Order: sequence, then structure tokens, then C-alpha cells
Amino acid sequence: MSQSTVDVSAKGGFSFDLCKRNEMLTQKGLKAPSFLKTGTTIVGLIFKDGVILGADTRATEGPIVADKNCEKIHYMAPNIYCCGAGTAADTEAVTDMVSSQLRLHRYETGRDSRVITALTLLKKHLFSYQGHVSAALVLGGVDITGPHLHTIDPNGLTETLPFATMGSGSLAAMSVFEAKYKEGLTRDEGIKLVAEAICSGIFNDLGSGSNVDICVITKGNKEYLRNYMEPNPRTYVSSKGYSFTKKTEVLLTKITPLLERVEITEVGEAMEE
Amino acid sequence: MTTFTVPIDNGDSVKIAEEESQRTLYPYVTGTSIVAIKYKDGVLMASDMGGSYGSTLRYKNIERVKAIGKHSLLGASGEISDFQEILRYLDELTLNDNMWDDGNSLGPKEIHNYLTRVMYNRRNKFNPLWNTLVLGGVKNGKSYLGMVSMIGVSFEDDHVATGFGNHLARPILRDEWHADLSFEDGVKLLEKCMRVLLYRDRSAINKLQIAKITEEGVTVSQPYSLKTFWEFSSFHNPTAGAEGSW
Repeated sequence: MSQSTVDVSAKGGFSFDLCKRNEMLTQKGLKAPSFLKTGTTIVGLIFKDGVILGADTRATEGPIVADKNCEKIHYMAPNIYCCGAGTAADTEAVTDMVSSQLRLHRYETGRDSRVITALTLLKKHLFSYQGHVSAALVLGGVDITGPHLHTIDPNGLTETLPFATMGSGSLAAMSVFEAKYKEGLTRDEGIKLVAEAICSGIFNDLGSGSNVDICVITKGNKEYLRNYMEPNPRTYVSSKGYSFTKKTEVLLTKITPLLERVEITEVGEAMEE
Repeated sequence: MTTFTVPIDNGDSVKIAEEESQRTLYPYVTGTSIVAIKYKDGVLMASDMGGSYGSTLRYKNIERVKAIGKHSLLGASGEISDFQEILRYLDELTLNDNMWDDGNSLGPKEIHNYLTRVMYNRRNKFNPLWNTLVLGGVKNGKSYLGMVSMIGVSFEDDHVATGFGNHLARPILRDEWHADLSFEDGVKLLEKCMRVLLYRDRSAINKLQIAKITEEGVTVSQPYSLKTFWEFSSFHNPTAGAEGSW
């Protein structure tokens, strides 16, 4: 019996077996299906008491806005949240997977999760897929060792930073941070700065838009502020929303049957069960 | 355009036109962003003084903002040699004007229009001047600020930025620019933008000039540096808690 030529790699990681065939198909003119990208602005910063994460809410499919109000701040652990940019399916899947791994780990150790645990699990997974899992993440949380903020590139590079931005709107948001970030910000100042950075991405980058989501994590406490700011509301000409014209008048209540009603009686035997 | 003949085996000679080597295919020595704003008395334009040769910082004393006539300032990012060529064209223009000696002088709107025509026509011949130009000026009390790109896209605005400035400086300008800025506020705003560019643009250097044009004329400042801040506590030992991170 001939050996199968396509083997699922037993140890995980990227299987390069189909690459040659895909290459051949693209040369023959096949267009690979495009991914739902999040074309995003995601940011994080460390303030006096912890970490604040922020994200916009637009998901794009090429030039079309696929989701006007998606959630880009993913739950990892009660004290750790992760913003994701890149291919929406990848960010969702990878954060979900690591979140459940963290939960099992918590049961086993009996302790709260640490941010570097999440960081290492994510980094190892993304590196083993050599950048093909297109997820760029901003991971933040407060654990027993203090507040932490990290960025993770799709290739597996991680950075530890006091303030970070990722996504297509990262330059617009970074310009706000570089101009205005200081150490020891209070909670309100931090939220204001994060909202400003996300708004900068929303209004200056075409891949980002709609609303601002914010998540504030401090020691022992977290606040998920969904749609903290809605700077792009749907506007109607009339304040009451859609308004109908003048009252409709009932002119006539008469039902005129168009066809004569005919009763049909069943002929024949009933079906056997 | 000169041609030269090359004899080949079958006896015929082939005229190899030097066209290919005369077209701009890629830029060599480039300048990075220019940021300019209108303020109360006229226009302020900031640029750094670096000329990069690919990834090397080759020249550190290039003035990328020049006065044109009495009423305008021209700033350029992109290929420096093309910028010098444009300055020559504008010199010829001003010279012609002076020869007429009728008291007329070219204002910023006219120069902007001229540059747009030149850039667009060059791009149509597939031989572009590889620059994004910023034209600012004041004539008869009216300030003017406009931009022309290497493909001939041209427009006027209250604040403009080229190159990386599009991504890093424009969000700040859109947020914080307002009409009738004072000179000090204008310079502060430009410095804010240039500082972010210094942090985040790899081809920017910490040696900048700010040029000012008002009804009275042009002043280009002496080169100076911006103060930068590197003392965040997280920068001191960034990966203390996370080995293997950057």
C-alpha cells in the first residue's frame, strides 16, 4: 500500500505540506479567499494603579465594514484582558484557546493567573505558526507581581512597554501617546488619554471606526466599559427617529371576497400509519 | 537627450538611447517629513536637516525649506536632487519676472499652480520629480498653504504634512490646530509634531529648522534640537518580570 504523502504533523505547528499546491494554484489564477480583518486601533497603557486597554469596534472585510460594533477586548482571566488586531478569526481563536489553558492552569495551581503565563502561551503558539496566524495582540493585566502590559506580534515577538498601540491605526494612536503620556497617571486621566488615542485612530484611519471600548484593570478589580464613547452615532433628521406622515384615515371597512369559498371533503381512505 | 551608437556583429549600429538612465526610477538621497501650519500672521514650516541615502544618514546639513521670491516658502521631502532642480526652475521664473521689472512679483498661489503643472506633466511622461512639495506664503495680507505630490495631486489646507508626517503629525494637527494661533503656540504645536516624528520615524534626526513667513518677509531659524524624554521607569529594566520579551 502506498504511503500517504500528506501527513498531519503530530507535534503541532505549521504544516507546510500544501504550500506547493497553493503556489501552483495561485499561479494558475485562483484567488485565495480574503480574511475578515479587524483593521484596527488597539492601545494599552500603564497608569498609577494598573492597566487600561482600549479598542475601536470596526471589523472590515476589504473595503466593506462587516461589523460596526464588534468586541476586540477579549477576556483571558479575571485579571487579564487582551486586545486583538489582524484576522478576526485568528485573534478570537487564539485568545479563547489561551484563556481556557489559563483556566485549567488556575485549577491545577490554585493561584491567580499571571500575565507572563498568558504571554508565554500566546508567544509560543504564534511563533510555531511562523506568522501565518495573523494575530497582533496587546495583552494587559494586574497580577500578584504588579501591573503588566505587553504587545505580541504575529511572528511571536513580544515587547514589554509602558504604553503600546497596534493595528492599522497604531501610528495615529501612538502620536497621541508620544505627545501626551506621563508616568503616574490617575484613572480618569488614563481613561481620557486612551479614549483620545482610540478616537485619533477612529477619525484618522480608514480601517478603524465606530465606538470606543475601554477596560480598566486594577489590583483585585476590573471594569469592562463596553462602548465607553460613541462618537459616531446614527443621526436622524427628526429627533423622534423615523416619523410617519399625518394620521392615516380609515375610509372603508368592507371585506370583498375575490373567490367563492369552496369546502373540499377528503375522498378515499386514510393513510396507514 | 544625447544618444550614442554601438556597433554590433551584423554591421548595423544600434542607437541606444539614454532614456532609461535619464528617468527617475527610484529616489536616492531623500529628505523626510515636512510639517506646516497657518497661524495668525502667516505660515510656519518645520523640517529636519537630514538627507538619507537609503538606510544611511548621509547628510546632516540639508536645508529643505527655501524662500522663493518675497512672498513664498517652499519645503520639500523626497529626492534632494529633484528639489534642487525645482529651485532652479523657480529661479528662472523669478529672474524672468525681475527682467520685466514691472513691480509684479509671483505670489504663493501662482507658484503653487506652476509647481502643480510641472509635477503633473513630469508624471505623465513617466519621469517624475520625486518630491512632495509644501508651498506656503503671504501676499496682500492673505496667507496661503498648499501641497503638491510627485504625481501631481495638489490641494490647499490650513495644515499639511508630508511623508511620515501624514500618519503621525496629521492626527495631532487635526485635533489641536485652530485659527489665529499665536507665534509661540504655533511653534509649540510644530515642535510637538516634530518630537513625535523624531521618536517614531527612523529617518528623522534631532536637528530642525522652523521657517516663518509673514507679510514682512521670510525668516528661517537657526538649526536647533528638541528635548526628548527617556526616563520612564519601565525603560530602566523593561523585562524584569518577563524574560524572553523585548
